[in-house]
Amino acid sequence: MRVRITFKKGEAMRFIGHLDLYRTWERIFRRAGLPLAYSQGFKPHPRINLASALPLGFTGSNEILEFWLENDLPLHDIEQRINKALPSGLEIVHIKQISLEESSLQSTVAASEYTITLLESIPELYKRINEILEAKILLCNRRGKQYDLRPLVIELLHSSCENDTHQEIKVILKTEEKATGRPEELVALLGGHPEHARIRRDRIIFKEPTK
Amino acid sequence: MLTSEEIQVKLEYILPTVQKPGRYIGGEINQVVKEWTQFQTKVALVFPDIYDLGMSNLGLAILYDLINRRNDALAERAFSPWNDMEKAMREANVPLYSLETKHALSEFDIVGFTLPYETLYTNTLNLLDLAGIPQLVKQRQKSQPLIIAGGHSTYNPEPMHAFIDAFVIGEGEDVIHEIIDTVSIWKESRAGRQELMTNLSKIWGVYVPSLYQVYYKKDQTFSHIEKLSDSAPLPVVKRITPKLPPATTRLIVPYIETVHNRIPIEIMRGCTRGCRFCHAGMITRPVRERPVAEILEAIDQALEYTGFEEVGLLSLSSSDYSNILDLIKVVSEKYTGRHLSISLPSLRIETLSVHLMDSLKGLRRGGFTLAPEAATERMREIINKPVSTHQLLETAHEIYSRGWPTIKLYFMIGHPSETLDDVQAIADLCKAVLAEGHKVLGNRAQVNAGVSTFIPKPHTPFQWVQCDTVEQILAKQGLLKKELRGRGLKLNWNSPEATMLEAWLSRGDRRLSKVIYEAWRLGARFDSWDEHFKYDLWVQAFSKERLDPAFYTHRDRSIHEAFPWDHISTTIRKKFLIDDYLWSQRRQTRVDCRDQCFACGILPTFSELRQANPGKVWQCPEVKPKKERLIASATNEVRL
Repeated sequence: MRVRITFKKGEAMRFIGHLDLYRTWERIFRRAGLPLAYSQGFKPHPRINLASALPLGFTGSNEILEFWLENDLPLHDIEQRINKALPSGLEIVHIKQISLEESSLQSTVAASEYTITLLESIPELYKRINEILEAKILLCNRRGKQYDLRPLVIELLHSSCENDTHQEIKVILKTEEKATGRPEELVALLGGHPEHARIRRDRIIFKEPTK
Repeated sequence: MLTSEEIQVKLEYILPTVQKPGRYIGGEINQVVKEWTQFQTKVALVFPDIYDLGMSNLGLAILYDLINRRNDALAERAFSPWNDMEKAMREANVPLYSLETKHALSEFDIVGFTLPYETLYTNTLNLLDLAGIPQLVKQRQKSQPLIIAGGHSTYNPEPMHAFIDAFVIGEGEDVIHEIIDTVSIWKESRAGRQELMTNLSKIWGVYVPSLYQVYYKKDQTFSHIEKLSDSAPLPVVKRITPKLPPATTRLIVPYIETVHNRIPIEIMRGCTRGCRFCHAGMITRPVRERPVAEILEAIDQALEYTGFEEVGLLSLSSSDYSNILDLIKVVSEKYTGRHLSISLPSLRIETLSVHLMDSLKGLRRGGFTLAPEAATERMREIINKPVSTHQLLETAHEIYSRGWPTIKLYFMIGHPSETLDDVQAIADLCKAVLAEGHKVLGNRAQVNAGVSTFIPKPHTPFQWVQCDTVEQILAKQGLLKKELRGRGLKLNWNSPEATMLEAWLSRGDRRLSKVIYEAWRLGARFDSWDEHFKYDLWVQAFSKERLDPAFYTHRDRSIHEAFPWDHISTTIRKKFLIDDYLWSQRRQTRVDCRDQCFACGILPTFSELRQANPGKVWQCPEVKPKKERLIASATNEVRL
């Protein structure tokens, strides 16, 4: 049985990275007493797939994972058991069964939508956002390699109001195998400090409608 | 001092800037968060190294669980921040805080340090400093937390006497409640801090160093200790729990990767083998076993609470657990197919162990470890671990034949009267084991040799022995490095300087408090980490205090010498240790004391406890009630 969960990764889990999150889910399923299916081979591991790695330091409102069970169980039973075993900081938003034949989650991820809250204001933020949107190339450095961030920026807008304590930005960045835009790099390009930005992924956008 | 809320605000800015912020946030499954009111005794449990290490400490997990079950007390955790986090905390004026509620440690009533080994001492001082708690006992006011410490290194508490208000000698499960009760009652009263110390000293197992004065002889050796208060006990007898309480099962599940990501279940406490170098074997007597049914129940419960993938069945010598065959049989039947790993360390070097491990086939993971320690007949008799070469090779052959390609061998260098020939024998033996592997698996066979350096420990038959010097150790390691290389062989060893630190502190006295303080002041931290240990700082600290480190390690000690730790009683009589020491010099061995009781001293002290807990659960001989004994002797007289 193949099950897809949409879940929220909240504040309490902000500083848990991708691999640790994966391990956390494995233990949740074990505590829930669910008959997880395991891979074959020398070192069998549980069949759990996270759609897209959420970097350490980010929260997520609609993260997605899939897991396989050895036998079929009623969905509400699965949900109940998981809920009892969840740590604070994880919450199920939606759960549904998926056909075994559907293509893998990772292969259909296209983009990610983020909300960035700036703990320290960036002066003339409007102006800088426009500069980015009008730029033909945005040179960035990642792990010693130079690359252009501009084509990875699909949408970018200033979303906070006058009375908000912090400035807020919404951005949609490409999230594909060889082309993933990182919101922290965008913050740096805007003249801000990535370490003083609180980033939340609001949703993962897929190539075809999978929901 | 910052409030919990203020600390949390600052952490928001700090955490994105440090490595593995998951160490500093708490929030894990099975953590206990209670309401912070005035009505409980608040205990901070601290392991003075990073979270990744400290979370694998079973003692801390046991106490956390026990304290939180009370409704008049709470326990929260704290660990050493790594260097980057400490720097950020100091810059932001964030004091050491508890993981559960982010309260500054100075707001707790009791701060308890777990001290399993001596190289954690400077970290302990550093944590007190980070917490804003005065490091010296004599500087602390009534309003400041009571600082206690427990763990194996506290069996010689003297080097840390200046920093710890009260030591817990022995097992903590029962005594921790008595300490909390005492603190709770004292809090209500208007009495001063001194009164608390006096009250604590009356508890069996608690040692309050400020209530004693020590004296030295002209030759700098220890003379004697005197108590400054009538109620202070002398000697201080270690605390034991007569029957092992139910295993702790509601373990906290770390989010991040820690040293041991598994469920630890003690199957037995204590050891009857009597290896002469072994501190743990001497101080954890008597042997008390946990019944098989209890172990199985504990595994089930813990799996339900935690979802861990591995269970560790722990003891000092698991082959000696009375029902080991039964236990392994039931465990493998029950858990095969559940994707669970069972680790069963500390098995004897015999083919039976291989059968045991084999029956865990679907469940076992990792390599096979054997600990022969010595490689010549002479050395084996001296250390009292008589494992014959034949036995080792036979067992190794069995292991390789079952398809395990790697065997890990533990050896120790630096034992009394050891020569380079004895060390050469270690190398030869490793190669002989590998040769067994070649016979069965060809070039796939591997031997990993872990050779540590022996350090004479207090309360053992070797506490009179000279430690090897750095030069001697280097020579021996040099030989091993030359011999044990090439395909199929790997050698691990310890830094000789790091060995020296543990050696100085293990048999240290009160004068070392100043050395530890000075070393900390000069910047010593994370001494048990190779990359952070700074030998020169310690040499400097010794020099400043005008003490010769060699005095603590490299001199001959007469069997009549008084030791600075003699007043801490493991209940093993000094005469027993002296006899065993002299026997070792004659290459005379002792059998396992399950086979023959050598009257080490445990029973006379704990005879009432033994009587109240009869049966196979204790491995010491039974103690018949007095009445029966009198009748028996009377009957004998009549018959005569």
